[in-house]
Amino acid sequence: MNKITNNKAWFLVLPVFFIVAISAIIPLMTVVNYSVQDIFDPQTRFFVGTEWFEQVLGDSRLHDALLRQIFYTLSVLFIEIPLGIAVALTLPRKGWGVSASMVLLALPLLIPWNVVGTIWQIFGRADIGLGGYVINLMGIDYNYAQNPMDAWLTVLVMDVWHWTSLIVLLCYAGLRSIPDAYYQAAKIDGASRWAVFRFIQLPKMQSVLVIGVLLRFMDSFMIYTEPFVLTGGGPGNATTFLSQFLTRMAVGQFDLGPAAAFSLVYFLIILLVCWVFYTVVMNAGKQGEQ
Amino acid sequence: MTLTLENITKTVGGETHIDDVSMTLEPGSFNVLLGRTLAGKTTLMRIMAGLEPPTKGRILVDNADVTGMAVQKRNVAMVYQQFINYPSMNVFDNIASPLKLQGVDKAEIEKRVRSTAELMHIEHLLDRLPQELSGGQQQRTAMARAMVKDCKLLLLDEPLVNLDYKLREELREEIPNLLAERDTIVVYATTEPMEALLLGGKCAVMHEGRMTQFGPTTEVYHNPASVKTGLIFSDPPINLVEAEVRDGAIFMKSGHQVPLKGHLANLSNGDYTLGIRANHLSVDPTGDDTIAMQGQVELAEITGSETFVHVHFNDVSWVIQEEGVHNPRLGEATQFYVDPTRLFAFDANGALVAAPPVEISNGKAA
Repeated sequence: MNKITNNKAWFLVLPVFFIVAISAIIPLMTVVNYSVQDIFDPQTRFFVGTEWFEQVLGDSRLHDALLRQIFYTLSVLFIEIPLGIAVALTLPRKGWGVSASMVLLALPLLIPWNVVGTIWQIFGRADIGLGGYVINLMGIDYNYAQNPMDAWLTVLVMDVWHWTSLIVLLCYAGLRSIPDAYYQAAKIDGASRWAVFRFIQLPKMQSVLVIGVLLRFMDSFMIYTEPFVLTGGGPGNATTFLSQFLTRMAVGQFDLGPAAAFSLVYFLIILLVCWVFYTVVMNAGKQGEQ
Repeated sequence: MTLTLENITKTVGGETHIDDVSMTLEPGSFNVLLGRTLAGKTTLMRIMAGLEPPTKGRILVDNADVTGMAVQKRNVAMVYQQFINYPSMNVFDNIASPLKLQGVDKAEIEKRVRSTAELMHIEHLLDRLPQELSGGQQQRTAMARAMVKDCKLLLLDEPLVNLDYKLREELREEIPNLLAERDTIVVYATTEPMEALLLGGKCAVMHEGRMTQFGPTTEVYHNPASVKTGLIFSDPPINLVEAEVRDGAIFMKSGHQVPLKGHLANLSNGDYTLGIRANHLSVDPTGDDTIAMQGQVELAEITGSETFVHVHFNDVSWVIQEEGVHNPRLGEATQFYVDPTRLFAFDANGALVAAPPVEISNGKAA
């Protein structure tokens, strides 16, 4: 009834409001603005409604890029998550080995994306790169600049090299938080190594794995720098993922309208997938095997 | 089965965790391991279970050496301080897990899980996941898991510590009854003397890796063989004062005098340590023979219906247990009374030489 209101509280909310407005809402609204208009210069612009969206969604090159992107992201997840878990399980639990492996694992994470691209670009070259030279020496005709498959695989290996450590560190943290008594209890029961993994370690790692999968999904779905540095999206369109496509459209061709429309679609795809994944996993965790 | 520990010693990295412990646990007995944290209770249990080998000594089951035998073959069960259940299995599967691993057939599993769950009062929770249960229910599930498989040795490592007060009391009463009709050896570790007394059975008092005394729980309580045992098996720890017997009387270092009579009559001249439990000190004179003492109030702890008054006099700190809620002013001088018939006397080496006769029918024995 006579609720005391103190309007001064609004001043405390203002900083957050400004930060969110400047960092998220205003840029997003600018993109929305571009996506529904055809803009030539500030004075000459036409409202086009959903025309850009229709054009973008019907673009077969974009469909190709999307499929390539989905396939790439799934490959990344299917390699990095199990590999990360496996490596985390084999890491030492105490002694000097812990800090040594932590440092070793953290190294790739510290390297900037474009440097990773450059490293592998040189490493994979058949003439001056150690990796490329050795592979060719083994009789495999490997050339990422000409063979689409080689380029695609190189980008994948690059990502696995760069980011598996993240999954390892997350899983390791999850494993370390399991009290020793769980392992003892399993030992007393006579549970097998597999049962220990399936019924103790995996459920206990669930929450960190969700975060790991989400981070790797978002990051790999937005991959740009590595293929850009390696081959610029080529050869052909082999490594032209959604970000390459978008950049080409927006910066290369200056098609701001379609690019804006596409950005929004891109954004929604990521948001939707993350939301669905998170909800499904969290509900599964709650209901378990009921 | 009978479990015998022979001169068990465990050293880890040059540090002695268990020092020459020998004990025999009878079939169907309830044994309490009483000791403060780091006394070696958990390590001793892990050695009994076979989770880790002793550095020295032997473990015998019915006179057969099982020292090196793997834990899976020993038919033991253990309940921990933390609530340990398989997180992704529901209560039924959790309780059933040891039976499944033993290869018991399905109908039998169903029957035994249900009857054990009923015993632990969790039969209505069988399809819940551990994380959907309260702490007490989780621990009941863990105990059901341990009890379902008819093990020969059941180890309970401070199972009630993480539960709230009410639940702890409830389970504490249930546990001895639940296990009464089995021939399982039960070993129950606790830090609380009260809990040991309530659980009964036999009691082994542990101190810094050594077993200071092993015997029927009430006997150990009434006749602590050493100062150490007395300190551990009293809450608050038994009050001590140095004393000397000469000229037919006991002279406390604090300047008070106690006549040599009753159970103290046979003390010969020499140095002693006198001990008296907090519940045998009082701020009111309780009898004709009580000795009046003065001290300064340092602290008053009110716990439920009792007050622990910490007093300080002549470099000695004692705790008085008073019925009811009191609020003495800190720093104030206070008078309190020692009942000399309740004094323990330990010799210069800390071994018990005189204990007060066991009180029959009194409310304060615990």
